[in-house]
Amino acid sequence: MSFLLGSGAGFSGDRTDAAEAVVAELIRRGKPAALAFETLGERTLAAAHRAMREDPAQGFEPLIEEFLPPVLRDCVDHGITILGNFGAANPEGACALVKKLAEAAGRPDIAIAQVHGDDIRDRLRSLDLTPWEAERQALPDDSALISANVYLGAKALVEALSLEADIVVTGRVADPALFLAPLMHHFQWRWDDWDRLACGMMAGHLAECGAQVSGGYFADPGLKDVPSLATVGYPIIEVEENGRLLVTKPEGSGGLVTEQTVKEQLLYEVHDPANYLTPDVVVDLSNATVRQLGPDCVEVSGIRGKPAPARLKTTVCYDGGWQSEAEISYAGPNALERARLAARVLRERLAFRAPAELRTRFDIIGLASVFDSDDGELQRLAAPANPDGDYRLRLAAEHPERRWVARATQELLALYCAGPAGGGGVRRQFQRRVFTASYLVRRDDVHDYARLFDARSKNAQPQNAHDQRGASHAAG
Amino acid sequence: MLQAETSPQARAVKTTPLHQLAHARAGDKGDRLNIALFAYRPEDYDLLVSELDEALVLALFQHRGASRVRRYLLPQLGGMNFVIDDVLQGGVNGALNLDGHGKTLSFLLLGVDITR
Repeated sequence: MSFLLGSGAGFSGDRTDAAEAVVAELIRRGKPAALAFETLGERTLAAAHRAMREDPAQGFEPLIEEFLPPVLRDCVDHGITILGNFGAANPEGACALVKKLAEAAGRPDIAIAQVHGDDIRDRLRSLDLTPWEAERQALPDDSALISANVYLGAKALVEALSLEADIVVTGRVADPALFLAPLMHHFQWRWDDWDRLACGMMAGHLAECGAQVSGGYFADPGLKDVPSLATVGYPIIEVEENGRLLVTKPEGSGGLVTEQTVKEQLLYEVHDPANYLTPDVVVDLSNATVRQLGPDCVEVSGIRGKPAPARLKTTVCYDGGWQSEAEISYAGPNALERARLAARVLRERLAFRAPAELRTRFDIIGLASVFDSDDGELQRLAAPANPDGDYRLRLAAEHPERRWVARATQELLALYCAGPAGGGGVRRQFQRRVFTASYLVRRDDVHDYARLFDARSKNAQPQNAHDQRGASHAAG
Repeated sequence: MLQAETSPQARAVKTTPLHQLAHARAGDKGDRLNIALFAYRPEDYDLLVSELDEALVLALFQHRGASRVRRYLLPQLGGMNFVIDDVLQGGVNGALNLDGHGKTLSFLLLGVDITR
């Protein structure tokens, strides 16, 4: 029998009511199923570590309390396993919260499993590291180092499922591993059955960003119209034992599943399509095809797999000092020249009011911003613009010390009284920055495993992680 | 593969907006961006392959420091994948750009004109 993979969320900050329709549909279809929440990116992992640095009780996905309660009871009652990387920097804290939510939902009896082993911060210096292919940064000093997390594969998650967990909580794992794991557990595929592994991994890849495969992040009015985007259905991928994939969504939900939506997501964040690296398999999409089988039902075939890479990607987060941003608006007659004058005045002020190493960027929103370079090349070269439009000058400043970014944006604030005429609507904000860099570690240096979470006792690391890992391999 | 210093300026003169011929999505990893682009109609694919070469894309993103562009063709999907290095000016956690991910940049590519 085929297996159904539902997506409950595709990033931290995703719609928190999306999983309800997915779970209702999984129950309606009545096949074995799992629901995964993918809420951890390079940006959100950094944010989680920053949060835990300021409060050790934080550091997991802040929206767990909104994502889980609407579906937790239904999933547990119907045997739909929930997997989530919402543990982020603090999976144990997330497990404790899930336990409380399960009690509140009337199911204090559920089994929660925690995946361990992605956090290698304390061992980082002793490991054999090579830079990830596009990485330019040297390893930061110990004083700046915040975290180092390996992208784990599906093995420890399968181990968690073999412990009969109802909910699996992870930190950093490869996003699609959240979806591959229940397939491995259900179909008992071999870990060297590369083609099936590749199909399962791509099922996860297609589902991991939630609505991005089913009409989200797709609409372009007049060219790519999407029905009922406000109630877009999150994907359900139907997977057969032979690796056949069908992309679908809940009956009656908004959005659409077409060859176009599936193709856009198939290559999302992929580099060389013949060598898409994941922890458990190298995926070859060279001959992948998509075919519309019916309304909101697209088959993906031709996915091939090659042996897993020898090294696993690791994200290192380190202290990046401070960023401050501030904006001020100019509109109506001669607005563009007033905004440009404001920028010139700010530059002139910062030349003697701030240290030379202060990094700044100026945008004129409405003229050129997100497409522009830090040097503002497009602002200077932009095609003739409306001189009387509605423009917003933005300053972003970065420096290791808060006082200097504060000085920079305070100077923008001062444009209220000392800058050009008619400026208004100043907003100002500060952010601690966490920089990230990526390296590769040897697979043998990573000791991932799963344990059932027990709120009464701390999850002690097993005495011999190698033995545990070996056991999980044998189980797979 | 193409290095920055060898890129010519390649902008079309008599033209159709690429936006009318293709759809695209951008994704980021570190300071590397990929843009996957697909022809709306199979009959336009060969035209897009001949017009949208690595040199054009590198020139389009040169103002942001792009150092290298690689293009992978996927004819069975009517698509191509551009991988653009060093274009995010620090990446999602290091950029001062409002859009540190570079998510909007698929539409910078779709803004070019194609010679028919």
